[in-house]
Amino acid sequence: MAGALINVPERAKRGEIVEIKTLISHPMETGYRRNQSGARVERDIIRLFVATYNGTEIFRAELHPAITANPFIVFSTVATESGTLTFKWTGDNAFSVTESASITVD
Amino acid sequence: MAEHPSRREFLRVAGGVAAGLGLGAVITVTPARATPAAMQEAIRKVVGASKVSPGRVKLEMPPLSENGNTVPLTVSVESPMTAADYVKAIHVFTELNPQPDVVSFRLGPRAGRARVATRIRLATTQTVVAVSELSDGSFWSDTVAVVVTLAACLEDA
Repeated sequence: MAGALINVPERAKRGEIVEIKTLISHPMETGYRRNQSGARVERDIIRLFVATYNGTEIFRAELHPAITANPFIVFSTVATESGTLTFKWTGDNAFSVTESASITVD
Repeated sequence: MAEHPSRREFLRVAGGVAAGLGLGAVITVTPARATPAAMQEAIRKVVGASKVSPGRVKLEMPPLSENGNTVPLTVSVESPMTAADYVKAIHVFTELNPQPDVVSFRLGPRAGRARVATRIRLATTQTVVAVSELSDGSFWSDTVAVVVTLAACLEDA
């Protein structure tokens, strides 16, 4: 169900600032809407997004219902060394998705 | 002949009253929402007793948004982003969404530059505030007014 798209440059120069774009498929149900019979639709959102670079946390975002469906997050990091960037989204109803991308630093 | 101006005047006034009533009706059907006071409280919860000064932060959003279900937002902060002087966090708040908190980004010197972007929902035409926390403990903010034509939270996305 949960497809994630990540855009990280494959190669970068040491010390270069690289932009990272992430998009994940998720309804981000706010908990404020009502269905056709008037009952409240339970909240179902991603609460937390964490990015790590070779195991060290570089960025995190705490999300609230005001973030759109299919959360799109753009941030940056300094390319320090070749390795792996890992992205983890966690949320309501035990939602958890982990994706990773590798980067080669010259 | 002398009656025409007064009739015209009457229509003008009646039209104004009708428009006023229409506006009143629009306001009464809006759903539960946070208030500017709730937003101030949410900001206070994040910054504590510190002073929030305007400046250094740039919140970019389109001034007019057709669809409140997805409004792009970019926040950048003037900062060298060195180990000694960097942006610790960027928080975004809204005045009239059902809850004032939108998102909190936590970054550090490894970000290289303090610039983040995402897409948010806006329940109605309102003010959006970005507050940035710097490593020296100071808080800076920027405020943008956004006009929303189609509100989020009401229609099915």
